[in-house]
Amino acid sequence: MRILKITLIILLLIPNLLFADNQFERNKITKNLRCLICQGQSVYDSDSDFANSMKILVDKKLAEGLSENEIYEFFKEKYGDWILYDPGLNKNTYILWLLPILIFLLGGAIIFKKLKFKN
Amino acid sequence: MKDKLIPPIIIISFITFFLIFYKGLQETNIYTPNSEIKKDIPIFSSVKFDSKENVSSSEIFNSNKFYLLNIWASWCVPCRQEHAYLMRLSESDQVTLIGLNYKDNFNNAQNFLKKLGNPYETILLDEDGTISIEWGAYGVPETFLIHKNKIVSKYIGPLNEELINEIYSIIK
Repeated sequence: MRILKITLIILLLIPNLLFADNQFERNKITKNLRCLICQGQSVYDSDSDFANSMKILVDKKLAEGLSENEIYEFFKEKYGDWILYDPGLNKNTYILWLLPILIFLLGGAIIFKKLKFKN
Repeated sequence: MKDKLIPPIIIISFITFFLIFYKGLQETNIYTPNSEIKKDIPIFSSVKFDSKENVSSSEIFNSNKFYLLNIWASWCVPCRQEHAYLMRLSESDQVTLIGLNYKDNFNNAQNFLKKLGNPYETILLDEDGTISIEWGAYGVPETFLIHKNKIVSKYIGPLNEELINEIYSIIK
């Protein structure tokens, strides 16, 4: 009887857990998508017609089995890099990605040299 | 020697950064979509406006002639403005007009067509707006000129005399 109860609870929880997982995935993706007609807001934050349709489409794509990156690629193909808040490394963004690393290395080198001189 | 090099390096760096930021200020920070695209049309399925039968994109865009897909809605004021141009275009046998009715009320859309005329050969329904996103659209009205299953050009906003002439020059 006890085993039956536990099994029943687990069976009841599974759909909820799956739903929560999908919801989490959808929120994560829509937070990284820019609402193109209400600039300054992500699709997640916006309640515009465009953003609501995007949310439905993200759900559809997740249901089709597409991964997070595949969904980003899909939207990138339609609207370009601008749609993503966190664009990948490409010829337009390499300065954005590499400049902080270069500045960090340069700063580190200057500090290292100064410390070496002091010693 | 080292001390002599520092001021010019600082000045050059300052000028470089100034020029980068100055150039950045000249560019608009408002997103301007690219209308010059040669992309394949999306594969989608929809429902026909009148008969409510399911239809796939390959059944609609099934020949090598020109198609004009127009995203419209009865509640969209600019759609009323461009409707007369679409009626004119529908007289041409060089192009087939396909309507995509965006998030609309069926009765209102029907009244809109009764009042202003129906320029479309086929009208598809986009009840949740997802088909428009598959097309890479931003809202209504938006028009796509299609040839050989490729988007030849894209017109964001209502069509006008100038754009209609541009479409005529492409399809002739």
